[in-house]
Amino acid sequence: MTFMDNAILQASRTPTAGESAQYDRGDLVRFVDVEKTYDGSTIVVNRLNLAVRRGEFLTLLGPSGSGKTTCLMMLAGFEAPSGGDILLDGRSLKNVPPYSRGIGVVFQNYALFPHMTIAENVAYPLRQRKQSRAEIDRRVGEALGMIELAHLADRRPAQLSGGQQQRVALARAIVFEPDLVLMDEPLGALDRRLREQMQLEIRRLHATLRNTVVYVTHDQGEALTMSDRVAVFNRGRIEQVASPEEIYERPATAFVANFIGNNNAIPAVVREFSATSCKVELRGGHRVQAAATRTFAAGEAVLLSIRPELIEVDGRVAAMNTLAGEIRDITYYGDHALVHCICAGDVIVNARIGIHRKRSLERGSKVRLSWRPEDGRAFEIEAGK
Amino acid sequence: MTQPRAPRVLLAVWGGAVLVFLLLPILLILPISFSAGTFLSYPLPGLSLRWYRVIAEPFPWVFAFKNSLVVGVAATILSVVLGTMAAYGVTTAAFRFRTAVVVLLLSPMVVPVVISGLGIYFFLNRAGLLGSYTGLVIAHTALGIPFVVATVGATLQGFDRTLIRAAESLGGRPHAAFFDITLPIIMPGVVSGAIFAFVTSFDEVVVALFVSSPETLTLPRQLFSGLRDQVTPALVAIATVLIALSIALMMTVEYLRKRAARLSASTAQ
Repeated sequence: MTFMDNAILQASRTPTAGESAQYDRGDLVRFVDVEKTYDGSTIVVNRLNLAVRRGEFLTLLGPSGSGKTTCLMMLAGFEAPSGGDILLDGRSLKNVPPYSRGIGVVFQNYALFPHMTIAENVAYPLRQRKQSRAEIDRRVGEALGMIELAHLADRRPAQLSGGQQQRVALARAIVFEPDLVLMDEPLGALDRRLREQMQLEIRRLHATLRNTVVYVTHDQGEALTMSDRVAVFNRGRIEQVASPEEIYERPATAFVANFIGNNNAIPAVVREFSATSCKVELRGGHRVQAAATRTFAAGEAVLLSIRPELIEVDGRVAAMNTLAGEIRDITYYGDHALVHCICAGDVIVNARIGIHRKRSLERGSKVRLSWRPEDGRAFEIEAGK
Repeated sequence: MTQPRAPRVLLAVWGGAVLVFLLLPILLILPISFSAGTFLSYPLPGLSLRWYRVIAEPFPWVFAFKNSLVVGVAATILSVVLGTMAAYGVTTAAFRFRTAVVVLLLSPMVVPVVISGLGIYFFLNRAGLLGSYTGLVIAHTALGIPFVVATVGATLQGFDRTLIRAAESLGGRPHAAFFDITLPIIMPGVVSGAIFAFVTSFDEVVVALFVSSPETLTLPRQLFSGLRDQVTPALVAIATVLIALSIALMMTVEYLRKRAARLSASTAQ
């Protein structure tokens, strides 16, 4: 269902004039109308504007092929924009080669130099900067201490585990104290436990070093737990840039709502509209209240979006939106379960329930779904998609 | 899970026969280098090292050996530098007619040497380099480059280009990235290519027949004239030394190949 909605609803939002306005002192990086195409016809990045604030942890989140990695590679200098410009500290990066940008990069496959020891790997950026032997030794020692791998300094990368290798890659990218560190899905190759551990470690490093991090991932959980702000990419554009809470609780577009977390997207028609809220009619004539994400006209078709965890099954609280349904199926997830209800004739609505509730519910039960009016959000349906 | 007995025996017999077929002629002739007589024949009239003493004389064998060594080393250095650059170019850059360029670079391997030799002869004659060391080195470089392109190209296939990006992001300029990162990692391929290039030059007789002069006489060329003029066990003694040298070089190549496989396996991981 989510997949279908993603395909149908390619809502996109052009940044407002204020966002792409002149340079702000608090911004370390600005993408100004950046475009990228490899073959002249397929547009990978589409007139993109984005500001990275000094000291923040910004995550570029999106499905594969949405342009997020391309943006990172353009910022690192490995790809050149086809149009527009990228500013670092207010200066254009056009004609600035990667080795002069002074940006730390952590790659997905670690990219450690296999013929060098761990210490030599970490020393490499310092050697390129012609620092003294003593200075290099001191800073390599410090960096390896920070990632707690000082005892492996003389090993080669192949002798280390994946998690250890990624920590070395991190140390190598920060040892020369760059203001900006880019990370391209750095934890993609690790298993879940190690990934969670590394997420904490990266957060800790960021808090200690107070540098700016631009982090690319397609894992929404990672984006929500690690970032100060998240930029959601879709088809070479940014759908929304905001804090994780904002992105999750108040998604700006149907794409963001569907891409992040689980979501119900129910087709509906606007009946009444007033400033920020509206009354929408579901198929079968049932009407509910919803928050409006923009101005709607009466009669306009919208998608009503509600998070499954915000829907109560047979809740006791009154004065809520309610919808009668019948349980089609229950999916067990261990720590919770999803109830799939068929409502209003033909719409499937998913609701999340605690595992203790699962025992009292079964397939075929008639239930009453309820949610607070502001938890349902009405999104426009993009024409032609 | 043992195989049935009969096929295994058959395989051993067949394998043994192939080995005998390949090695017997060489193994039969080698003892003659220790002959006390002057003819290439059995039974040996007696054992002696007299032919090894002959080939240790300054002229013509040591002279020719030195020539071969000088030409071989010079041609190898040139082949390695040019061949590595060519291999790096054709594997890294995307351009039109890439395949055509690769085929052109490798063509000296497949073109009959007589044809190459004739072409080189006319070219060097026009350039006034016929009979000079420079001319011979140029000729052997042309023959050696394809081996370097092939071995270095093969090593570059498994080379992870992200490493170059990593080096650049860390402040390494392109030439630094090449010498610090790329070259050490593809070194096994470079060394194998160098050995092939050296052996090609060291064994080369056809082109040498075309372009060498009495001053630049190489060892294979001297062997060749020896075969025509006076066949003595000295030729076999020379051959024995060359075979020992070749075996040593081939063992080095094999060692490097294994090391390269190990290294690239650890990179991939």
